[in-house]
Amino acid sequence: MLYTDKVMDHFENPRNVGVIEDASGVGEVGNPTCGDIMKMYLKIENDVIVDVKFKTFGCGSAIATSSMATELIKGKSINEALELTNKAVVEALDGLPARKIHCSVLAEDAIRMALKDYYTKSGKEMPEELANWEPHEEE
Amino acid sequence: MRVYADNAATTYMSETAMNEMIDCLKNYNGNPNSLHTDGQVTQEKLDQARAKVAKAINAARDNEIYFTSGGSEADNQALISAARGLREKGKKHLITLNIEHHAILHTMRKLEKEGFEVTYLAPEANGIVDVEKIKAAMRDDTALVSIMFANNEMGAVQPIAEIGAACKERKILFHTDAVQAAAHLPIDVQAMNIDMLSMSGHKFHGPKGVGALYARNGIRLLNVIEGGAQERGKRAGTVNVPAIASMAAALEEGVANMEENNKKVIALRDRLIEGLSDIPHSKLNGDPEKRLPGNVNYSFEGVEGESLLLALDNYGICCSSGSACTSESLDPSHVLLGMGVPVEAAHGSLRFSLNEQNTEEEVDYIIEKVHKVVDLYRKMSPFWDELLSGEREHCI
Repeated sequence: MLYTDKVMDHFENPRNVGVIEDASGVGEVGNPTCGDIMKMYLKIENDVIVDVKFKTFGCGSAIATSSMATELIKGKSINEALELTNKAVVEALDGLPARKIHCSVLAEDAIRMALKDYYTKSGKEMPEELANWEPHEEE
Repeated sequence: MRVYADNAATTYMSETAMNEMIDCLKNYNGNPNSLHTDGQVTQEKLDQARAKVAKAINAARDNEIYFTSGGSEADNQALISAARGLREKGKKHLITLNIEHHAILHTMRKLEKEGFEVTYLAPEANGIVDVEKIKAAMRDDTALVSIMFANNEMGAVQPIAEIGAACKERKILFHTDAVQAAAHLPIDVQAMNIDMLSMSGHKFHGPKGVGALYARNGIRLLNVIEGGAQERGKRAGTVNVPAIASMAAALEEGVANMEENNKKVIALRDRLIEGLSDIPHSKLNGDPEKRLPGNVNYSFEGVEGESLLLALDNYGICCSSGSACTSESLDPSHVLLGMGVPVEAAHGSLRFSLNEQNTEEEVDYIIEKVHKVVDLYRKMSPFWDELLSGEREHCI
């Protein structure tokens, strides 16, 4: 089959879909030309991500990885969220077809963009790794 | 409910085709090249199949039909034969469309590497090529014009007879990839001045892995496969008689029932088009009338094709999409892009290809579910939010 059961579950029942009106940080990556856009909304209190929502324009992998990524960072600290890699998202989904791995990179990038936005908005000091970070270029 | 609406990708074998194949598998196992009775009765089966295929497209002679492993092989052989064969006569130019199947386009690219010049014409916005543009592109050193009979993705039917006439006047060979058209649209290679034609069994209820190349007498085919003298020395390898006989039977049946089937299929197609037309920011791709009887290709703004496709699959509906994610190569449909559809609209496209086995109930089911999934994925889409808020401009 094209996708694992876990991917199909997250595709059919995506977790945390929506927006956060007064989000602490919002990150959007991708573009319509590529066929993939992910937007992550974070609510952060005391350096903990107390709520996260996402919207995605993209394929089954894109939706599933967004959904899984939000599950993996919900309730976690910012530092833990920064440690999240696309590899971890793919593993949590029991794998993705090789040509779909790039969708998981987008999920990782969207979270970082949202965190970057949080630091910019809140005026708090941005961790160095975020300050030096830029989202991946989509071909 | 399970609704199969992906007949452009492949069709299910008909009873006729299956029975013919089973009969051959059981009773016609000899090698047609053998001189003994077992071989010769199988040779007769092959001859009968060849005659059926020739008749279906009104070829002047049975021996103008060469059996291949499918449409792709036929396309390859047609192009290579015309190009390399006429190179010695100083011909080095080829004309085709940018919306052709990859079997044509990639063969053209190969020929370009060999030094041929290829003109890739774009169709008009409705997916149909302007014959004047083909005429304007013709040169004294043009070896071949290859234009598909009807497009597999958005269904547009090309002005084949007009193109044939134009080619005849300039004495340029004319090949048509009729893989989507055979048994679905009337084909008369003599009246339409078609010099070479490709067809594929599995697009008209025949088996997969078999096709045919028609090449008018006088055209020298060059071998794609070298070896024994099968197919008049032009395509080596012991022929697959069960598959060939099955394909011929399917083709004969399809042509016989074409008029009746098309009445039904066109009505279903138009019902589906009508039923989808009230979805905002969506549009039909390809000419609404000059299109394959069963083809509906629709773009929905703000959503992505693969997600729609998977969601529809969960409802039991089989269809396909022109989005980048649904292709192995991760490129959005070159056909939609080639006719000027914006890339975002290509990503949000779905193709339904109906046939005479679909019903009104099934079409209504498709309509209902497409409304549902487009709505669902638009609600999930930041792209749609931004289109609604005016942050991004609508393209449909």
